Amino acid sequence: MTTTTGAPSATTAEIGGIGHSIKRKEDDRFIHGQGRYLDDHVLPGMLHLALLRSPLPHARIVKIDTSEAEALPGVVACVTGEALAAHGLAWMPTLSGDTQAVLATDKVRFQGQEVVGVVAESPYVAWDALELIDVEYDALPTIIDPKAALEDGAALIRDDKEGQTDNSCYQWEAGDKATTDQAFAAADKVVSIDTHYPRSHPAPLETCGCIADLDPVTGQATIYMTSQAPHAIRTLFAMVAGLPEENIRVISPDIGGGFGNKVPIYPGYVVATAASLLIGKPVKWVETRTENLISTGFARDYHMHAELALKNDGQMLGLKVDMVSDNGAFYADAQPSKFKAGLFHVCTGSYNFPAAHVVTKGAYTNKAPGGVAYRCSFRITEAAYLIERLVQNAAYELGIDPAELRTKNFIRPDQFPYHSPTGFVYDSGDYDAALQKALDAIGYAGIAKEKEEARKEGKLVGVGISSFTEAVGAGPSKDYDIAGIKMFDSAELRVHPTGKAILKLGSRHQGQGHETTYAQIVASELGIPAADITVREGDTDNTPYGLGTYGSRSTPTSGAAAAVIARQLREKSRKIAAHLLEASEDDLDWEPGKFVVKGAPDRSVTIQDVALAAYTNYPDGTEPGLEGVHYYDPPNLTYPFGSYAAVIEIDEETGQWKTRRMVAVDDCGVRINPMIVEGQLHGGLAEGFAMSSMQFITFDEDGNCIGSNFTDYLIPTSWETPRFELGETVTPCPHHPIGAKGVGESATVGSPAAWVNAVIDALAPTGVRNIDMPVTPARVWEAMQGAKAG
Amino acid sequence: MEVSVTVNGADHTADVEPRVLLVDFLRTTLGLTGTHIGCDTSGCGVCTILLDGTPVKSCAMFAVQADGRSLTTVEGLKQNGQLDRMQVAFKEMHGLQCGFCTPAMMLVGKALLERNPAPDEEEIRWELSGNLCRCTGYMNIVKAIRYAATQPEGASA
Amino acid sequence: MYPAAFDYVAPASADEALAKLAEFGDDGRVLAGGQSLIPMMKLRFAFPGTLVDINRVPGLDTIAVENGHLRIGALVRHNDIVNSDVVAGANKTMAAAAPWIADPIVRNLGTVGGSVAHADPLGDWASVMLACNAEVVARSANGERVIPMTGFITGPFTTALETGEMLTELRVPTQGANAGGTYLKLERKVGDYATCGVATHLELGGDGTISAAGIALTSVAPQNVKAVEAEAALVGQTPSEALFAEAAELAAQASDPRSDVRGPADYKRDVVRVFTRRGLAQALEQAQG
Repeated sequence: MTTTTGAPSATTAEIGGIGHSIKRKEDDRFIHGQGRYLDDHVLPGMLHLALLRSPLPHARIVKIDTSEAEALPGVVACVTGEALAAHGLAWMPTLSGDTQAVLATDKVRFQGQEVVGVVAESPYVAWDALELIDVEYDALPTIIDPKAALEDGAALIRDDKEGQTDNSCYQWEAGDKATTDQAFAAADKVVSIDTHYPRSHPAPLETCGCIADLDPVTGQATIYMTSQAPHAIRTLFAMVAGLPEENIRVISPDIGGGFGNKVPIYPGYVVATAASLLIGKPVKWVETRTENLISTGFARDYHMHAELALKNDGQMLGLKVDMVSDNGAFYADAQPSKFKAGLFHVCTGSYNFPAAHVVTKGAYTNKAPGGVAYRCSFRITEAAYLIERLVQNAAYELGIDPAELRTKNFIRPDQFPYHSPTGFVYDSGDYDAALQKALDAIGYAGIAKEKEEARKEGKLVGVGISSFTEAVGAGPSKDYDIAGIKMFDSAELRVHPTGKAILKLGSRHQGQGHETTYAQIVASELGIPAADITVREGDTDNTPYGLGTYGSRSTPTSGAAAAVIARQLREKSRKIAAHLLEASEDDLDWEPGKFVVKGAPDRSVTIQDVALAAYTNYPDGTEPGLEGVHYYDPPNLTYPFGSYAAVIEIDEETGQWKTRRMVAVDDCGVRINPMIVEGQLHGGLAEGFAMSSMQFITFDEDGNCIGSNFTDYLIPTSWETPRFELGETVTPCPHHPIGAKGVGESATVGSPAAWVNAVIDALAPTGVRNIDMPVTPARVWEAMQGAKAG
Repeated sequence: MEVSVTVNGADHTADVEPRVLLVDFLRTTLGLTGTHIGCDTSGCGVCTILLDGTPVKSCAMFAVQADGRSLTTVEGLKQNGQLDRMQVAFKEMHGLQCGFCTPAMMLVGKALLERNPAPDEEEIRWELSGNLCRCTGYMNIVKAIRYAATQPEGASA
Repeated sequence: MYPAAFDYVAPASADEALAKLAEFGDDGRVLAGGQSLIPMMKLRFAFPGTLVDINRVPGLDTIAVENGHLRIGALVRHNDIVNSDVVAGANKTMAAAAPWIADPIVRNLGTVGGSVAHADPLGDWASVMLACNAEVVARSANGERVIPMTGFITGPFTTALETGEMLTELRVPTQGANAGGTYLKLERKVGDYATCGVATHLELGGDGTISAAGIALTSVAPQNVKAVEAEAALVGQTPSEALFAEAAELAAQASDPRSDVRGPADYKRDVVRVFTRRGLAQALEQAQG
């Protein structure tokens, strides 16, 4: 059995294996409007759940009166925290080892927290009923600043946790303090930055929801759920809801975007399940957009301080990072359990740092719990942003060109596999090649002149670079688990007698094209046309166990599993082919789709011949059929990388800025379907642009959430979103069966720094070194005013 | 209240409360789930349908307002077994990923081409600025509409 | 997400609509475009007892020039203005503002009249109407009256319309060949409320001095503001950069912005200054061209 890595042999367009930009197989149902999203499902007798949420960010619950609501015609039941507590369901474990309230019992701890559930015959009646519920609150001091939360004497938010005496949520460190201190002692220059990566939210266009259908007779629980990780959720759900795992079937239907938002278990899922159990009918819960933004998995909200030690000639000696994360009221990060700040400690980025020390602290605040990996590998956007901003600033402080400073310090191709000072082993890369390509494409040499011309028209032009490396594909079982479940993934492949195949996976796409790309992986290995390979994900009853799709992990894990199992079936096929051709296995050559006797090209059998024979005419002692399952434990993460360059212009008088050009050169190793890869990059760039320019959730001093609807939480339209120019380099992953690295999130990780660096570059001559995202026109104006005054 | 509407050429009559949103009427009463709900402030556009050929947000209308009117939803794009050129274009140009905004985008694109048979990129981006997408970054949606404009109407795949 | 229950009527004539409004009193609300009202009802910020849908009332969609003013009927949609050659030729301020309203889809149903009657303090049209000294025609079962725009909006979401009264038409003075007008809006994205909006109207006399000037501001005060001092500083003067800068300064002083997530008050005031200057300069070019 081989698991040789590197790109598989090329296939014809008819087979459509790796490298072909075949059209997506899943598109047909979507263009017909026949996608089957959660809310499209209707079950007989189905009832509707609506949740009453707290208007206050921090308050004791004095009393709850649901009597008027219960009396409303059409209302079937009201569920309170007290009722759930009687069944041990008022609190549930989070994916980070904390607990989270399902329905509040003692206190509410963030604005929007779930307090009461109403089940009714229609959602209209359920929302009528919410108005009739009377909750009396006793307001408590509100904490919205994580640093204030960690100060002595701050009001205690998690008084429900035994032994919790402060608002500290976790403390975690990586790297080495002593060697880093030494490195700093030898520095000519120390450049520092303080920056807040603001709270953001994945806000996929489809909100979260579920239909819980507990059959009162059989005890079977079928839960339709917008879930990026149906198997893991099923196991956790069994623990949370106290239902036997074998009785639970989670079906994750078509998902209208995930971006990490659909990884956690939300109170609504638990309440719907409890309600279905109590009532004996299916219960549907679909949250509104406001509920989605105010209560579900937010992202980012890292307050970061970093210092870079350098020599005068630009050589980087060491990195110190101090970070405080705002985790909201419950520590509900969806991330590997060992790493309390996710993979944030990859913040040494693309550079060869001899020493680094990263200290992280998490704080509870009166905000929604989280955070999730929003289109990034856990906390990598924060890390990449931090280092790329810091390096840019260092360039200005040292008077070295920002591109040159990067090139000087990049990890060199001959240094791979590269052991970073915080414990990562980078697989492969050629960072300078990507950077040079981006610089060429953007016309870097001519930017100075462009700046001059623009000045004459009252415009400030800047060019921003971001040379990021990210770490995806979590992850090796040695270090990676979520709630104890190791982060492998799986693929189950059966080739039918008719020569077509079905591939089932433990991952779960939300638009990334798995139904196409995974078919292409198998097509490359077996020579069966991708069009003949059906791909299934999402139903825990008929897919192998996997940890799901987020953090760009699918291609590195379940994609790898698909390649491995396909190769195993190819090896078995060789035996069968040898039998059919009456030759020895060693005398056969493989071309995609057929085995040929060496030196006798007219003696061959196709893979379809072999498939049929697997059921009808196989050698003695061979197990019939052509089927197998592989669980893949990745040996390492994979490290996609790239260099982005953005040129922007600022209207000096109003602070408004826009993108002149954005060039993105990405390296995700082998590209399965270039068309799909580009689509992923476009999407990621747009989200990176959103975060850099307008998208954030903030709170006023009373703890009111500003950003709980699309009027306040700004998602760019086609009008603001710039055009993107894409380029590529290809550095295969040495440990992945097909040399691929994963790409869904690279652009979200790498691009915010490019845009922000461009704005900073435009303002650099004035001494401005930082503007926190989102870089709104007002903030640009303030920075310019500050520079004039200072 | 009784409401009679023509949807994709077929007449429907139903009795609904005045407060039933048009998008809900389409999805729940008529079972046409291709029109989606994405927000609660009429800011995302995934509920867009054509009202007598004009794009409107069906979440910001009550079903009763549509009495006597003619609606086109995504389910009505395919005619006589032939895909609309817009549907073909979206697949050809990888103009969709999760598919949630796609019905709205295709209808807005179609309405645009009816008014302006050969729009440039800027015009397309302007016309689409009431419809959000989180997956594609809009690049291939624009490409799809431009491509559709080059195809004869009534074309199919 | 789901509104409270209400009753609904769709009258077939203006008289019938007004009779219904009289009947339902404060419990009745006019439904025109619904693009502001319906979202508010869904969030349960508004819960009228009866909606009086005027979309079937004929004769309310007029766009016509008559007696020196543009008549804009209550059912004229924002996109009707965007696409109107009549408006493009008759009032440049209106023509400039229309594409800035909401987004292209909302503009298909939302109405200019409805927007003005809704009186959202962050709404754009009211500034246009104030700058151009427009008038509101209001009808009730008892008759019709004309309300100058300057007295029309009395507070946030509050107008001079009395119970049972409905806005049927806006009358906006036309701008001749010797006049120009602009609407500049700073919004963070399409569909956002203005961080700052400035409407201008400029008319030149035969001698090239300014015979009339209008400046009104959006989103930089508790409601739309007519910058009367800035206007007065322009009238009778010869246009110049310095004059416009002075007017811009006065306009900025007339604003009273709040610091919020869109920016600090100082910033918004500065944008008033910039947009007033730019707007007047553009309007001058149109008036001279």
